[in-house]
Amino acid sequence: MRNRYAIVGLGALLAVATALPAAAEPVDDELVIDGQAMTVRTAAPEGHPFDELLSGWLFREAETRELEADSFQNPGMLYVDRGADIWNAVDGTMGKSCASCHDDAADTMKGIAANYPKWDADAKRPINIELQIDKCRVENMGAEAYKFDTPDQKALTTYIKHQSLGTPVAVDLSQGDLQSWWDRGKDIYYTRTGQLNFACASCHEANSGQYIRADHLSQGQANGFPTYRLKQADMVSLHNRFRGCIRDTRAEFPKAFSDELMALEVYVTWRGTGLSVETPAVRQ
Amino acid sequence: MIRVTAIVTAVLAVTATSAPADETAPQDVKFEDLAVAASLTGKPGDPAAGRDVFKDRKLGNCLACHTNADMQKELFHGTVGPAMDGAGDRWEPAQLRAIITDAKQVFGEQTVMPGFYSLAVGKDVREDLVGKTILTAQQIEDVVAYVATLKE
Ligand code: HEC
Ligand code: HEC
Ligand code: HEC
Repeated sequence: MRNRYAIVGLGALLAVATALPAAAEPVDDELVIDGQAMTVRTAAPEGHPFDELLSGWLFREAETRELEADSFQNPGMLYVDRGADIWNAVDGTMGKSCASCHDDAADTMKGIAANYPKWDADAKRPINIELQIDKCRVENMGAEAYKFDTPDQKALTTYIKHQSLGTPVAVDLSQGDLQSWWDRGKDIYYTRTGQLNFACASCHEANSGQYIRADHLSQGQANGFPTYRLKQADMVSLHNRFRGCIRDTRAEFPKAFSDELMALEVYVTWRGTGLSVETPAVRQ
Repeated sequence: MIRVTAIVTAVLAVTATSAPADETAPQDVKFEDLAVAASLTGKPGDPAAGRDVFKDRKLGNCLACHTNADMQKELFHGTVGPAMDGAGDRWEPAQLRAIITDAKQVFGEQTVMPGFYSLAVGKDVREDLVGKTILTAQQIEDVVAYVATLKE
């Protein structure tokens, strides 16, 4: 990685090599939630830049890791509860709740979210859980689509993803045109943005394991979303996180659920293939 | 009388142009042998001011990526780049100026270190920052002067 110094020469090489701080490794730890072992490390699928995929959980401090491991203490579980209430609540002109059609989410939604984003043949674009919720609200309930990041949207998304806790992430790129969205997402992932001129890969690939100020850089995996962020004392959706990371490069950032961010969701989710869904993960 | 007025107008004219005539614009910086020989402002930098630029999150925020033993009191030193200790021994000021002005000119396209006085930036730059560099020419000189003091 550091052979870039070759071009500098100047005998600086040796001095620099010794001055390099030790790489801060992710911890070697196992995550068990309610007796269920999570896959927080797994071999990468073919064509992946990494050999091993690591959950963001491995990069967090011990207290943060413990909070996620204990579902009684995990603050994100409050949103799961709230999501369960929304699931059962009638809304819209058709007098229906989600449960009217989907019954008990513990059965009907089990493992489902681990395979999102999927291809939406009607819209001819990828669909994620947030958009699937909106689709059912509008078409099947006569209710309005949620505004981005409203507490109800986050709670219901968290609730549905939580029904896949422990299920390995697996996106089926053979659906519809999903592969070309993956291609586009990959382009975006490696494109530098903003005045600071960083790509996603600058931080989450080239420097995963390093500290950037106080932040221990992870692989930027999506498997824990929505995540409970201690800093914000709130749930953070995946597109909110994407926007935040892009904003930090001092760039204009795309709208939630825009083509750019949907493509990025397809690609970034694929980068976590085989990791367990951890929703609601706890992060800093 | 007439002569005095003429001088006054001339002075005003000079101070009115926002980028001082003796300041090198980002696109005019000359990189030779991985170095930028001339001060970007024609003046030496101030190491004390440069020290602030180095740690200020809104300015250089160099500490985000570099540990620096001279700043033990500051929390959270990043590890993305090499430690700054002894950088003043490893590099001549002209080389430091090149690295800090536009690290890509020295380390190649792949480096993650931002170009602090360069307009070769990423896409979709935040609207209010278009055409602007991260640091001013004076701040570059100040931080160059500061890093040059980091000797072991
Ligand atoms: C009137 C019945 C109806 C209601 C009410 C309804 N849905 Fe659906 N929902 C469907 C149908 C039909 C499908 C498509 C089934 C299929 O082909 O997979 C679907 C699909 C889904 C899927 C995708 C399942 C998968 O296998 O990928 C999710 C998630 C979902 N609905 C969530 C919700 C939520 C959340 C609500 C409440 C906001 C809701 N639905 C309300 C009928 C309904
Ligand atoms: C300047 C560095 C930087 C860049 C560039 C960056 N991120 Fe991040 N990102 C972070 C930091 C810091 C965190 C929080 C700590 C961590 O998990 O790495 C983070 C977290 C994340 C997470 C959450 C990980 C988890 O386990 O909860 C995702 C997903 C993510 N980033 C995706 C992206 C994507 C996609 C891009 C490109 C659009 C991107 N990031 C660009 C610094 C960056
Ligand atoms: C986003 C991370 C990042 C930031 C911010 C950053 N640098 Fe760097 N810097 C690097 C990396 C990485 C290298 C090593 C070159 C490489 O491998 O690309 C480097 C190399 C250097 C070097 C040469 C290293 C040596 O000791 O031999 C100096 C000097 C330097 N940086 C100074 C600065 C200064 C001054 C600032 C703030 C104005 C700064 N850097 C901000 C990442 C960064």
